Amino acid sequence: MSATVSVTVNGTKYDVQDVEPRLLLSDFLRDMLGLTGTHVGCEHGVCGACTVLVNGDSVRSCLMLAIQANGAEITTVEGLGTPETLNVLQAQFREHHGLQCGFCTPGMLMTGEDLLRKYPLATDDEIREGLSGNLCRCTGYQNIVAAIRAAAGKRAETVP
Amino acid sequence: MNSETRPHSSDVLRPRNVGAAIKRTEDPRLLTGRGEYSADRKPDRPLHVAFLRSGQPHARIARIDTVAAQVSPGVVAVFTAENLAGDFKPVIPFSRMPNYYATPIVPLATGKVRYVGEAVAAVIATSRYLAEDALELIDVDYEPLGALSRAETAIAGDAALLHEEAGTNVLIAREFKKGDVAADLKAAAVRVSGRFEMTRKAPLAMEPRSYTAEYDKRRDAVTLYTSSNIPGIVRDAICESLDLPGHRLRVVAPDVGGSFGSKGSLYPEELLICIAARKLGRSLKWTADRLEDVSSSSQAFAEIVDAEMGFDANGIATSLQADVIGDVGAYSIYPWTCGLEPVQVVSFLPGPYKIASYRGAVRGVATCKPPTGPYRGVGRPISTFVAERLMDLGAKALGLDPLEIRRRNLIPAEEFPYRIASGIIWDKTGFVECLEAAAEAVGYEQLRAQQADARKHGRLFGIGIASYAELTGIGSRIAVAPGMPINTGSETAKITIDSTGAITAAFGVASHGQGLETTLAQIVADDLGARFEDVRVIQGDSDEVPMSTGTYASRSAVLGGGAAKHASRILQDKIKRVASHLLEANQDDIEVLDGKAVVIGTDRAVTFKQVAKAVYSDMKTLPVEAREELTGTYTYDPINGTTAAATHIAVVEVDPLTCFVQILKYVVAEDCGRIINPMIVDGQVHGGVAQGIGAALFEELVYDDDGQLLSASLVDYVIPSAPEVPAMDVVHIESESAVAGGFRGMGEGGTIGAPAAIANAIADALSPLGIDVSILPMTPERIFKLMEQTRLNARGKADE
Repeated sequence: MSATVSVTVNGTKYDVQDVEPRLLLSDFLRDMLGLTGTHVGCEHGVCGACTVLVNGDSVRSCLMLAIQANGAEITTVEGLGTPETLNVLQAQFREHHGLQCGFCTPGMLMTGEDLLRKYPLATDDEIREGLSGNLCRCTGYQNIVAAIRAAAGKRAETVP
Repeated sequence: MNSETRPHSSDVLRPRNVGAAIKRTEDPRLLTGRGEYSADRKPDRPLHVAFLRSGQPHARIARIDTVAAQVSPGVVAVFTAENLAGDFKPVIPFSRMPNYYATPIVPLATGKVRYVGEAVAAVIATSRYLAEDALELIDVDYEPLGALSRAETAIAGDAALLHEEAGTNVLIAREFKKGDVAADLKAAAVRVSGRFEMTRKAPLAMEPRSYTAEYDKRRDAVTLYTSSNIPGIVRDAICESLDLPGHRLRVVAPDVGGSFGSKGSLYPEELLICIAARKLGRSLKWTADRLEDVSSSSQAFAEIVDAEMGFDANGIATSLQADVIGDVGAYSIYPWTCGLEPVQVVSFLPGPYKIASYRGAVRGVATCKPPTGPYRGVGRPISTFVAERLMDLGAKALGLDPLEIRRRNLIPAEEFPYRIASGIIWDKTGFVECLEAAAEAVGYEQLRAQQADARKHGRLFGIGIASYAELTGIGSRIAVAPGMPINTGSETAKITIDSTGAITAAFGVASHGQGLETTLAQIVADDLGARFEDVRVIQGDSDEVPMSTGTYASRSAVLGGGAAKHASRILQDKIKRVASHLLEANQDDIEVLDGKAVVIGTDRAVTFKQVAKAVYSDMKTLPVEAREELTGTYTYDPINGTTAAATHIAVVEVDPLTCFVQILKYVVAEDCGRIINPMIVDGQVHGGVAQGIGAALFEELVYDDDGQLLSASLVDYVIPSAPEVPAMDVVHIESESAVAGGFRGMGEGGTIGAPAAIANAIADALSPLGIDVSILPMTPERIFKLMEQTRLNARGKADE
């Protein structure tokens, strides 16, 4: 039993045949589309490393089946910016040393994008609350919070 | 031209990159999903490995039936210990320590299983999904031998033996002694003591352990991509085990998603995947799921310490004794041995203090749990917790402020180098300076006033101090782990300018988040005279330097940095010699700066590209004997290593209703010598403190009496998330060390100081209730129980 999954990922349309119903979205992105920027840290929905945007909302790709994403528009970390042209949030992560080993970083960025689009982020406490579903073992969060704070400041300048 | 008249540039002497908060070279790729971790490798048609793991804590393996699994869809092979015999030699974590038994390390459980989670069989299939399907079809008959779930019971005379050949469950026993502790304790004006416990932790790197073995049929060779921080040690050990020359096994640690020690030992799965790749002639992939990672990666701490400290009437600590039981789990690890963690507790217990007499005894006891191994801080988070609790208990008994008692006992500047009672020598470091700087930064006096006010309102408000010292950048004279035969005291840098003028600096260290590609390039840029952005750093690849070990024990800035400085100077001298021909100038009149050799005080210059062309391509420019290959190689050994120190101050409030501990303020004043990159140093401190907060407040691997792990998911094993970690202030005392560059290691310190500082702060907060802190983590449940007990005791007294 297998299905065809049609998705748009980072603006590119994919029609993938013979997708097993049990295949996780995270494995689909990594193994079938080769998008290994999405990391798998726990496979039980706690660490948040595998967070992607599905139709504009942050989603744990380890808790979603690929077939559930049929017809969806997905953004992964590869869709944000390039090494030469980092997007606003990526640039602030670099500026504020918001990453060390980089493994949780794609999830932090995708969650951060979601937070920046939806919430005022008026206080650092609000940012920390928004990040509470993403675990980082390297940074102690301080510089991740600083990066999102700075990106929120720039958002006011750049978002129409 | 003599030295007085020779023009010189002051720029040459001033570092331009070292000391600057340069943005990391690693970041653009890691921020855009272009990093490559071991699991991201895409070899040609790889096969996937899944492990069947023991659900039994201690049992004889009577029979394994793999027939059904072998014919399951997609399955290529199923391996058990039986069909691997003859393919390898067991790896022995040897040590010269007396009273030590080295348990052999094998790829799959042989004869019996010794902990829940130990790998028993491996299925190789065309996908991980199919490999896991086949695991369900393997049938194992176990004959239970009785769980050894607690170290205290495993040392009892009638306990079953986990390793019969050892004749005991005590795998390691040691004692350190100086002076007459018994007499000094007897003579002490004040004696304080306690039984302290640091529970078992998981290092819990966000990237689970992950291995990809890529088979090269052309040469019958394997490249192992491993999420390891010791690729050089892994290469040497597997070569020895598989009887391979080093050029047929390349071990690469690509981007590695954190380790904190959990990826710092050789693992059975690394052996298995290399053996299986060679047997099958195929490339193989395996990544631990989180359950596997928590239940089979090396674990941390797990000690019970009975300790006593004596003070004279002036508050000077005179004597200290401790008996430590370490629960080391089922096996000794390679290369560090099961002695690493518990022995380090007694080695470092006297800490940064002048304590005249000492006795520290330790036993490392085998139990049915995964092995303990290195975890950020190794031993010192516990030794610091115990010593700093005793200091505070002493202060309380003597009526001294905790700040004052430390002022009286820390080794002062004029007494370095100082040999502490356990034998460790501290070189000149700012112990007292860190204490004073932390107190000032946190506003200590004002905080005490604030506390007095809070207490009037019944608030449980506490301030905790912890001072510690650690040995970092250890050279060849001191073994990183006691009695260990491999050399961890040197590190090689090989810097090359190729025929295009490009600079490549190769090292044996292996960054797993520390940013070594950036910091080592900063050093090379300054000492070679190159532009930072032109230096490419290669690290974590066993093929790049002849001998390497990796990144651990806070060594890479000191050893890698020292090697970088020396190798840069060797190469710079070659550049000067070539440039002196090209520029027709005396070599002493040439400086190398920004990728050019310049005649000092003139505009005559040649670029590295021109120098490379002269040496390698344009054979008319230089005399034959002047065509020196543009390579500088140096193996640096700091011989002894250097000290790093810090004082942490935590301010907490305990909510009497929820029993949650909130950290209101956190300050670290640390001395890591000359700072290479302040941005990275701050990041290391933040991360280390967050891990220390986890150890102090949340994290505990709970094994029940049947040896089953009850906290194997991230729902049950709770690490700090953003709301639980406070904003931290970090103050730097930059006292240069004596090693090349003046650096000190600093990656582990945050985790050493934080548990003790928080424990002292909680004890201070709860002191109006007469509650003490002697076990970590202080979870809300533990605080609730202590508060309930106090209430019951008070009620009992009232009823009398």
